[in-house]
Amino acid sequence: MTEFTPKPARPAPLSEVGLLGWMRKNLFSNISNSIVTLLGLYIVWQVLSWAISWGLLNADFVGNHRSDCDSGGACWVFISVRWNLFMYGFYPQDSYWRPNLAFILLIGFLIWLSVPRIPFKKVGAILSLTVFPVAAYILLYGGMGLDVVPTHRWGGLMLTLVLALVGIVAAIPIGILLALGRRSTNMPAVRLVCVIFIEFWRGVPLITILFMASVMLPLFFAGGTDADKLMRAMIGIIMFQSAYMAEVVRGGLQALGKGQYEGADALGLSYWQKTNLIILPQALKIMIPGIVNTLISLYKDTSLILIIGLLDVLGMVRQALADPAWLGYPAEGYIFAAFMFWIFCFSMSRYSAYLERRLNTGHKR
Amino acid sequence: MTTEDKFVITLNNVNKWYGEFHVLKDINLNVKMGEKIVICGPSGSGKSTMIRCINHLEEHQEGEIIVDGVVLNNDLKNIGQIRKEVGMVFQHFNLFPHLTVLQNCTLAPIWVRKMPKKEAEAIAMKYLERVKIPEQANKYPGQLSGGQQQRVAIARSLCMNPRVMLFDEPTSALDPEMIKEVLDVMVQLASEGMTMLCVTHEMGFAKKVADRVIFMDAGQIVEENEPEEFFNNPQSDRTKLFLSQILGH
Repeated sequence: MTEFTPKPARPAPLSEVGLLGWMRKNLFSNISNSIVTLLGLYIVWQVLSWAISWGLLNADFVGNHRSDCDSGGACWVFISVRWNLFMYGFYPQDSYWRPNLAFILLIGFLIWLSVPRIPFKKVGAILSLTVFPVAAYILLYGGMGLDVVPTHRWGGLMLTLVLALVGIVAAIPIGILLALGRRSTNMPAVRLVCVIFIEFWRGVPLITILFMASVMLPLFFAGGTDADKLMRAMIGIIMFQSAYMAEVVRGGLQALGKGQYEGADALGLSYWQKTNLIILPQALKIMIPGIVNTLISLYKDTSLILIIGLLDVLGMVRQALADPAWLGYPAEGYIFAAFMFWIFCFSMSRYSAYLERRLNTGHKR
Repeated sequence: MTTEDKFVITLNNVNKWYGEFHVLKDINLNVKMGEKIVICGPSGSGKSTMIRCINHLEEHQEGEIIVDGVVLNNDLKNIGQIRKEVGMVFQHFNLFPHLTVLQNCTLAPIWVRKMPKKEAEAIAMKYLERVKIPEQANKYPGQLSGGQQQRVAIARSLCMNPRVMLFDEPTSALDPEMIKEVLDVMVQLASEGMTMLCVTHEMGFAKKVADRVIFMDAGQIVEENEPEEFFNNPQSDRTKLFLSQILGH
């Protein structure tokens, strides 16, 4: 009897591994493929060279008047002159340190929570959900010895971030609860309430909700309770986004096999133990792309508050474009506004990709 | 002490419907402590449904199910009580893929039995050693073979120290080479005196360990007997046909 010995593994051919092999296989595999590749490179080169010469090489960065923009490229002076308005809106100049400090706190907490090597995640999570909101509120709005800055003076990037953050932090838990309620089989009343809530808020455009919040609600509460306009808009955004979030979460819950529910049931776990320990950790992982998608759209939707007279980054840019002293620089303004949105949305997208990789335990379901 | 107290599981005239479809018809079954029962039958005969009723993964509509002295009804407390005492092993393992093997095993003892983590881990390691995979404790289920996963699932159930173990076709999803390692664990478990109800088509296993073999078809128990009698001298024609088909190769 001969013993079976597997053949030793040989290294893969160069066409499978090296950079040249990769290029040969993917970019230059035949004549038409090569032509498309070269044409693509040419177009990329044309666009990039124009963008670099207009936006960087021939652009004006320093100065404080439009006459400083004379080199024919982009006039970034327009942005730098109005930088403070774009960042803080009409927030009082001598109090800029307050939003700055709140922002630094925010970044600190985000780093604490998102970098795996930093310990005491639980403490960080609790502080960021309790101490931070209070501190940020006091810093931005006032109280405890700080002058009150009414919300109609808030604006720019600061307002965008406030709306988006509050929206995100509130919409995720409300959305999860709504999704669980909609899927509950033995509590029909709860399910009905959740279905009605979700279908109502999802079926109405956000613009309508914002109009209702700013124009119609005060009519209902004539005189007495005049809730803050920003607060009303914020509640509208939260309701709207949690309805969307609920449906994303429901999709994730449905993607889990029945076996996971049965496995948890058979071990005697209670409903909330099963939900928190088995179902949500897995469902949320599946839902990361969907959740981040919703968060990104939430972030961008915040600029709709323009129509109720609150000015976020985009609103401030549009207002600046209307300034007679600076007519004629819409490209610079809109590129700047787009960049402000893109940088945050792209960070969210990258972080979610990183999370997906990190949480992958190599299983199939 | 009434006569029923001798039985760890009692099914009295149990009936169940899926919508219009009558899946279980007048099922009567008494299981003594330490008894090993193998349930076989064609697919759709209701054998899985029957054992799934015992820990209330399925709800029965008529009749009475008593497990360990607790009557199974819609009272959540009773269901929880019974599930603590009844372990279940599934065809597709149903391990929790986001938890390590060890965490899979300690989860229920910690949360349901309120056991300290250290103690739960010690018990988990004891059972992982018994199913011969202690070295995989810190891997995720997705990194193990099917046979290893099923053994983890058995260990996970044993960690709750159940009085009864239900097996729902535990080897049906496994490659031939892995069936034996799972059956070995089950045979060992049987020899230690565990009360077991196994839905399985492994007739060798039935001959080796079963005290009773139950044959089901069309939602009814057609025949039940000691394995020797069951295989050598089946009473009903339906049983003969079934046996000739699965033992025919």
